[in-house]
Amino acid sequence: MNNSDKITKYFLFAGSFLILIVAGGMVYSLVGGAIPAFHKFGWHFITSTNWNPTEGRESYGAMPFIAGTMITSVLALLISIPMAFSTSLFVSEYFRKTPVASVLSTLVDLLAGIPSIVYGLWGFYTLRPVIMHLGLSPQGFGVFTSGIILAIMIIPYATSLSNEIIVMVPNELKEAAYSLGATRMEVIFNVIVPNARSGIVASYILAFGRALGETMAVTMLIGNANKVPHSLFDTGNTMASVIANQFGEADGLKLSSLIAIGLLLFVITALVNTAGKFIIKKLS
Amino acid sequence: MKAIAIRDNSNSRNTKNKIFLGIVIFFSLLTILPIILIVGELVVKGIGQINLSFFTEAAPDTLQAMVAKANGETIPGGIANGITGSILIVVLAAVMAIPFGIITGIYLYETPGKRYSNIIRDIADILQGVPSIVLGLIVYLWVVKYITHSYSALAGSVSLAIMMLPLIIRSTEETLKMIPGTLKEAAVALGVPYHKIILRVLIPSSFSGLLTGILISISRILGETAPLMLTTLGNPRINWDITHPTSAVPLLIWQFYNDPNMVELIWSSSLFLMGFVLTLNIISKRISAKHSIH
Repeated sequence: MNNSDKITKYFLFAGSFLILIVAGGMVYSLVGGAIPAFHKFGWHFITSTNWNPTEGRESYGAMPFIAGTMITSVLALLISIPMAFSTSLFVSEYFRKTPVASVLSTLVDLLAGIPSIVYGLWGFYTLRPVIMHLGLSPQGFGVFTSGIILAIMIIPYATSLSNEIIVMVPNELKEAAYSLGATRMEVIFNVIVPNARSGIVASYILAFGRALGETMAVTMLIGNANKVPHSLFDTGNTMASVIANQFGEADGLKLSSLIAIGLLLFVITALVNTAGKFIIKKLS
Repeated sequence: MKAIAIRDNSNSRNTKNKIFLGIVIFFSLLTILPIILIVGELVVKGIGQINLSFFTEAAPDTLQAMVAKANGETIPGGIANGITGSILIVVLAAVMAIPFGIITGIYLYETPGKRYSNIIRDIADILQGVPSIVLGLIVYLWVVKYITHSYSALAGSVSLAIMMLPLIIRSTEETLKMIPGTLKEAAVALGVPYHKIILRVLIPSSFSGLLTGILISISRILGETAPLMLTTLGNPRINWDITHPTSAVPLLIWQFYNDPNMVELIWSSSLFLMGFVLTLNIISKRISAKHSIH
């Protein structure tokens, strides 16, 4: 290997530093920014449900937002699973390689292209009146409304990987089951699902990770109340939405508390995504 | 007796099978209902407000909008400050993210088994999952506080560049993996220097894939609102100075949404934004379908 080749190698190697620096700097800044909040409140910051920005009696706890994030995201996942699973079966099994399937999968992919703020507007002007009309909640804001919008938003993430996994289930296995007299539904539940299970689970975990960090649509629909929601139709706030909401007038201890919430959100999403990727890695 | 029992059982199994197919079709149709409703609503409500001044004039202030509404006129102005701001921020983000993304992607492709490469790949995956609002917070701490000392277009583009970087890294690596290894081997056998192999063989032969990755990552960041709220803030006028607060189309939508006098303007600007993003999406899919190696 001559010198010019070595230089090229080092050039590529040096270019790859940027992402390391960015990632390291992110962790450093988040931890550094969160220290004042953790210093003041200790671990109580995570468990406290009190969020009081009144000067002199400032007290910040992240629990309402951790709860809000978890409840909306789990709800979104539960709502999206039947839709995502059906879409995957439609595209990758029942109508595989037909024009109908490609139209459906294109449309579902487009869902991923709609900006979050547009989902928020649609939720506000179209979905919220429906929720009010059904008498589920007086203003139509809350955990349930946000959960539905989040469910729609994460469907393309849940389907894209599971479609590929379902297509990969070997035909011989399915044919063997058919030759034993199994119906299509029995093939799906006894051959396809067991074979594709970990891939399907991984794609739903990654979709869940998406829901955790969604900001704009949730901010516009959850009602922005700094408390643990008492029911599905109650208002609340998520970790992402409280940052978006309260950031504008924040400095000092409040800013540090918001950064601490950002740090917690970063850690939670990183853990969820790593779990999903780990399962995928084990598959391949 | 037994034969009858089996036949009964197979009847109910067939019924179940049909019901299940019905359920699958029902939920699949339910899945595409929102996209039809959303696109439909935006087109119906937004198309009437789009005219020439929509593209050439800055957004009205709330007083102008209030006066126009009181007189029963259409609200004047457009979203030119948002469009120019979005162009500035996105181009700047692309300039920062694309070279580093492609270089890192090539590095990963060239050193597949290395421990260091695996770490970079894992970091890219984690970075890809970081919520955009958290990126906004971090860039606020980095750029707004220490570099530009005010909300700025530069800060917005740094946050969007961090979103683009892992997407481009992974798409570059995946694209390069699809090139037949013989191409590179032929070049090596001819004694072509390494940097020329990259510039003359690897990049040209994976060009459509790289382009798809870039377009998809741009379509991802175009609609981002949350990080821009924390970094560029917005600006009522057209601004090309990267150290000043700048508007962007999604920021304008957010501003219109929060202002009762201008709330009617959300539909046209949302239609424009969504139309742009979806068109980019479709173009990139076309490119990748046309040039994919099978």
